[in-house]
Amino acid sequence: MRVVVVGGGPAGLAAADAAVRAGAEVVLVDSEPWPGGQYHRGTPQRVDSRVRHLASSTVWAVEGLRLHVRRGPADSPHRTPHVLDADAVVLATGAHDRVVPFPGWDLPGVYTAGAAQALAKGQGVAVGTRVVVSGTGPFLLPVAESLVRVGTQVLEVLEANAFSTWARYPHTLANVGKLGELARYAGVLGRHRIPVRTRAAVVAAHGDDRVTAVTVARLRPDWSVVDGTRRRVAVDAVCVGHGFTPRLELAVGLGCRLVDGFVAVDATGATSVPGVYAAGEVTGIGGADLAAAEGAVAGSAAARAPEPPIAAMRAVRRGRRFAMALVAAHPVGGGRHGWLLADTVVCRCEEVTAHDLDVALDRGAADVRTLKLASRAGLGLCQGRVCGREVADLAAARLGHPLPDADAFHRRPLATPLRLGELADTPLLPEEDL
Amino acid sequence: MRYPDVVVVGSGVIGAACAEALSAAGAGVTVLDRGPLGAGTSAAGEGNVLVSDKGPGPELDLALASLRRWPALLDELGVDVEWDAKGGLVVATGDEAAKALLGFAADQRPEGVDARVVTPDEAHEREPHLTPAVVAAVHYPQDAQLQPVLVTKALLAAVRRRGGTLRPGVRATGLRRRDDRVVAVRTAGGDVPCGIVVNACGPWSGEVSAAFGAPITVLPRRGVILVTAALPPTVRHKVYDADYVGAVASGDADLQISTVVESTAGGTVLIGSSRQRVGFDDSIRVEVLRALARRAVGLFPVLADVPVVRAYGGFRPYAPDHLPVVGADPRCAGLWHATGHEGAGIGLAAATGRLLTELVTGAEPHLDPTPFRVDRPGVLG
Repeated sequence: MRVVVVGGGPAGLAAADAAVRAGAEVVLVDSEPWPGGQYHRGTPQRVDSRVRHLASSTVWAVEGLRLHVRRGPADSPHRTPHVLDADAVVLATGAHDRVVPFPGWDLPGVYTAGAAQALAKGQGVAVGTRVVVSGTGPFLLPVAESLVRVGTQVLEVLEANAFSTWARYPHTLANVGKLGELARYAGVLGRHRIPVRTRAAVVAAHGDDRVTAVTVARLRPDWSVVDGTRRRVAVDAVCVGHGFTPRLELAVGLGCRLVDGFVAVDATGATSVPGVYAAGEVTGIGGADLAAAEGAVAGSAAARAPEPPIAAMRAVRRGRRFAMALVAAHPVGGGRHGWLLADTVVCRCEEVTAHDLDVALDRGAADVRTLKLASRAGLGLCQGRVCGREVADLAAARLGHPLPDADAFHRRPLATPLRLGELADTPLLPEEDL
Repeated sequence: MRYPDVVVVGSGVIGAACAEALSAAGAGVTVLDRGPLGAGTSAAGEGNVLVSDKGPGPELDLALASLRRWPALLDELGVDVEWDAKGGLVVATGDEAAKALLGFAADQRPEGVDARVVTPDEAHEREPHLTPAVVAAVHYPQDAQLQPVLVTKALLAAVRRRGGTLRPGVRATGLRRRDDRVVAVRTAGGDVPCGIVVNACGPWSGEVSAAFGAPITVLPRRGVILVTAALPPTVRHKVYDADYVGAVASGDADLQISTVVESTAGGTVLIGSSRQRVGFDDSIRVEVLRALARRAVGLFPVLADVPVVRAYGGFRPYAPDHLPVVGADPRCAGLWHATGHEGAGIGLAAATGRLLTELVTGAEPHLDPTPFRVDRPGVLG
């Protein structure tokens, strides 16, 4: 019985651990050099010695339960190919920052909150000396805290929604132990006298060859700008994060059913595809504790453990309530489309502007596939990982109805780029001496 | 003359070209598509307008007629569809392939194909990154490319401008007949009255014709294309290896690869293409991707270090004898088919729309329609 776990963050580590305890042969494939994922970056986690850990390894294609892997640093010309056959797969591929476009968001000095945090936690590098953090969700607080730790002056933290919604879920917060964590971050920000403003956001960034100032404005609940509230703040960097986008290409490649943009799973973490399980942020955004609990549940189900992990299952139920509260409290408001100017770049790889998208829509593009080909949005190096969701949302707002194939932006049969020469040399079958 | 109202089922490039030509002839046209407009096979190809891959015969006649028609048609549409007469370069790396290529080109020339034999040195002048292993090459200046999504949209926009109706998201579920004549197309949203129905559903034409009670045999063949990251100009023509012709004409092997390497306006390089009979299964096959990559690196060794960012695919419609099906259904008056163009639908669309319209209106056809008739072995029933 071989379980292959894809992703070495909290969900994947817990899944590998649970599966190996249940007696399965476990392979953990992770793209990072050290186990722990984004959450534990800078403090590598321990992996059970019985788990075969393939670090710096990416799954670039899936053919049923056969995984095609390249091992080695992403830019190395000497990555080695591996083909793994699994009896069960646990997808714990996580999520990356979601950023909504605004004028100037493509200037150097504008960072995703996650990237800024990774640089601070991983390398001890500060992205700037005077920084504004803007976006939505409790994740902004630990990001601001990690910036403070590397000596950055955080001028303000802007939450586009209102924390008041949290008051409706005090029991949920208390149950999952989040109150203490949030209070700790709030304490750090308070000690440094960093204002946290709600219903406010960075709606434009300015500068010639890098950001030198931002426009901050007050927002209505739908994120449209309140007239007369724009003010300019001098900065040398900005960190923005508007929630997270799950990394779905492997799940989509395997044919897993999605619901509301996430992988649909049952109480054991099983997806709609036999032998394929999912855990962590690909099943819904809920933070590291929930991800770890889901990983433990999915890992033990994948390994067909005789006893269900009752405690972890209970933690999953509790955590999911928190996750639902999180979604309810931190929507991404439709009024953000009003921040865009005609020449604001929406797809950065192909430099497609809001105006270019409008032209494609005017010409009759009404589905993702046509919109991509008619505007080139999402056809560049990142393959819509950054812009796909925004392009689909913006098009839906302009057309007045959702696109019929909005999930098509997640369809990437090549889950990560690889060199043509690597593809030409790839083995088709597993070598047993991995 | 006033024609009975026409319903075109299928809004890919073939349906769009038929609808455009019919509306230009004065017919009132409604286009139905079960999905978004032009989002099937037409959105999954390279946009080839080729004569280089066709030997003497009816498909070459149709291709040459289409090649003559496209410039004027695009002029009438008045929309930039990234037409690029970049020309094709077919190269052979073995003596046997070289002999076959030169013989093929010699057969094409009397038919009106501009097929110029060039030396390996001249081939390298045209394509500096080409493998030194080339022993023979033929330059086809007539080969061109356009952006298939843009051209489909432009054709449909012309239909709408002339008062036609476009109805995406409407599935045709059957025909209503009276005295063996079509009187309406049935849809989930009610009947659409008409005197003429055109089945232009590409690889899905078979199942749609069956739902219409007049089945024809049109089957899907899967094709996959690799896309690289954007590069500085590296490939100037459409470059094929010489076994391309063999793969198009044959229906035997389960997987055939015929290498086509070319650049797009965006700077990416497209690497096609595979032909595989797997029904409508669209799951990825690493074996297919590898075969494409091997052939492309064989033609252009410099591409080995280039990242591949995307693979996409679609389904080509083919009839058992690999000829398009354009004509009236002998079993049901008012039902017409325009399908089965395999991987050449973009190129063949202009002449297909014109031919179908001539047949429907009783005008003199501009080329012999007999080879494309519906009533032929393997297609009917």
